[in-house]
Amino acid sequence: MSTDAAGLGRGRAVGFMVPALVLIGVFLVFPALWTIYLGLTDFRLTGLAAADPKFVGAENYTAALGDERFHTSLWLTVQFVLGSAVIGQAGLGFAIAWALRDRSGPVRRVVEGLVLLAWILPSSVVAFLWIALLDGDQGTLNALLRTDGFAWLLDHPMASIVLFNTWRGTAFSMMLYGAALESVPPSHLETARLAGASAFQQLRDVVFPRIRGHMLTNLLLISLWTFNDFTAFQLTAGGPEGRSEILPVYIYNVALNGGKLGFGAAVSFLVLLINLVLALVYLRLLRGRRGVAA
Amino acid sequence: MISLHGLTKEYPGGVRAVDALDLEIADGEFFALLGPSGCGKTTLLRTIAGLETATAGRVTIGGTEVTGLPPGRRDVAMVFQDYALFPHMDVTTNIAYPLRIRKVPRAEREAKAAETASRLSLSELLARRPGQLSGGQQQRVALARAIACHPRAFLFDEPLSNLDARMRLEARTFLKRLQRELAVTTVFVTHDQGEALAMADRIAVMSAGRIMQVGTPAEVFQRPANTFVASFIGSTPMNLLPGVVRDGALHVAGAVLPRPDGVADGEEVVYGLRPEYMDLAEGEHADGFAGKVSVVENLGTAYLVTLDCGEHLVQAVVPEDAEPAPGAAACAVPRHRRALVYRDGELVTP
Ligand SMILES: Nc1ncnc2c1ncn2[C@@H]1O[C@H](COP(=O)(O)OP(=O)(O)OP(=O)(O)O)[C@@H](O)[C@H]1O
Ligand SMILES: [Mg+2]
Repeated sequence: MSTDAAGLGRGRAVGFMVPALVLIGVFLVFPALWTIYLGLTDFRLTGLAAADPKFVGAENYTAALGDERFHTSLWLTVQFVLGSAVIGQAGLGFAIAWALRDRSGPVRRVVEGLVLLAWILPSSVVAFLWIALLDGDQGTLNALLRTDGFAWLLDHPMASIVLFNTWRGTAFSMMLYGAALESVPPSHLETARLAGASAFQQLRDVVFPRIRGHMLTNLLLISLWTFNDFTAFQLTAGGPEGRSEILPVYIYNVALNGGKLGFGAAVSFLVLLINLVLALVYLRLLRGRRGVAA
Repeated sequence: MISLHGLTKEYPGGVRAVDALDLEIADGEFFALLGPSGCGKTTLLRTIAGLETATAGRVTIGGTEVTGLPPGRRDVAMVFQDYALFPHMDVTTNIAYPLRIRKVPRAEREAKAAETASRLSLSELLARRPGQLSGGQQQRVALARAIACHPRAFLFDEPLSNLDARMRLEARTFLKRLQRELAVTTVFVTHDQGEALAMADRIAVMSAGRIMQVGTPAEVFQRPANTFVASFIGSTPMNLLPGVVRDGALHVAGAVLPRPDGVADGEEVVYGLRPEYMDLAEGEHADGFAGKVSVVENLGTAYLVTLDCGEHLVQAVVPEDAEPAPGAAACAVPRHRRALVYRDGELVTP
């Protein structure tokens, strides 16, 4: 007897699955395996090793883990994720959503519209806008602040890309938190207010416990996106002197500019592992919450 | 004591939910706000609590003017229709929440929560979360949270409406007894007049943001001050029949009745009498409403009979086993002493 609910039988069920599995295999599993394989060779963009890559074992991995530039890049990425995603996008997004929660009319529409605009514009366009904003000679910001000739992207490259990515991605957090705040019953907030709770106490006792799941999901998504975000390259290209070289930019620089494809593949795989660990930690936290709620 | 002076609340968009309202609620009184849906009961309660800011007028609680104070500094506790228990806190923490905000030390507030809980028979449930409680238990936890912080007033917004009919009767008795014991001024919003009549010391009947009558349940029931209250209060609606005083007698719906006190010849009035005070008789009576039985409704231990008297419908309540057959001719004879007469919508019977 078949036990499947649809009553397809094993053969036909497999038949339905195969196209999806083939697609996943071709476009996801194969590139991942290929990356692992490349990471074990000395494959290069040009030269002899391009035609005939040799197997070098774990050499690329040990080299990467011992590379000062990789360490710096990892540390910069952590700063980038914490600064622009966790504090910047999530913090600002929540603040805007909270401020707008029972506001309606033009103020709300204008703020939401502006924030969303930053999210939907193509990245090459916004990169150009920000370069125009921050440029040392003709930049809008310098004109506004009367700090002529101050090269923001050169003097504060990390701060620049953190701010940029915050501006760019806040919309997602704002929308998600906005929807989450709708699920907080007004009577709960009012009960807290009647008890004399301050805004901070209302957030701590009523709002955060209720939207914890939304917060974790949001943090997971924006952390992973920011970790892998390449748009910053268009502002600073990792420079000057690698001072804003976050991991995706580092990989691009070593693999395509430096030509060391094998080495780049090894670093890519390491990044993949870090992402996986990040995701697992968040999922564990999320599951912990379900356990408590049940 | 709660006093309201000229209290007005106008929502953006121009809805006047509370309209220049004056009211005094005595210390320790159980006061019910009663009225049809949308008449502004909730708005009035929320304005007293400070959850809505008054457009005009003043609110005074216990002698202190609180009109400009935020809700947290008015020292009132509110129980919402949905109870508003915090789902991630257990019963103890929920009950002790207002005390925690007031920085009462943990041991003290937990003792207080346990004491309040035992008073409301919740001692077994202290470690549970709200999701693990029945509706009635949740309601008692919400009450306990309101009681534990010893506020100057309780504000209840239809706290019984989520209970089933039987539980509601129990909760009524329980709540009334509890309020007696605590003697805390209580404002209770309901659209269920049975609840208001059963529990309240005094009732305010509201309509469209205004108070139509304030009085004890007996006053409001027996002597409705105007035709709105007369038609609103009572399990079966009062007969309100237009009549005219002529030649020293009151002519109403084909009946000629003795002229009531307080009205003069030539005046147009409305004659009001509860169906319970109509007796059904057979045959013709000069001082009765003769008509044809059109509907007979079963009320359990009695029947509500609707007579078609030509232009008007007259209702009478008859005991069991005495109900007429639909279509039969009958005559409803009023008990004159119970009759009320309204002129221009206001009661004139002394
Ligand atoms: N936030 C609001 N904005 C605008 N109008 C409102 C708002 N809240 C209530 N109203 C209006 O104010 C009037 C009074 O509403 P309120 O909720 O006080 O009625 P209620 O007597 O409590 O009714 P119910 O018995 O149905 O709860 C209604 O006409 C309602 O539409
Ligand atoms: Mg209401």
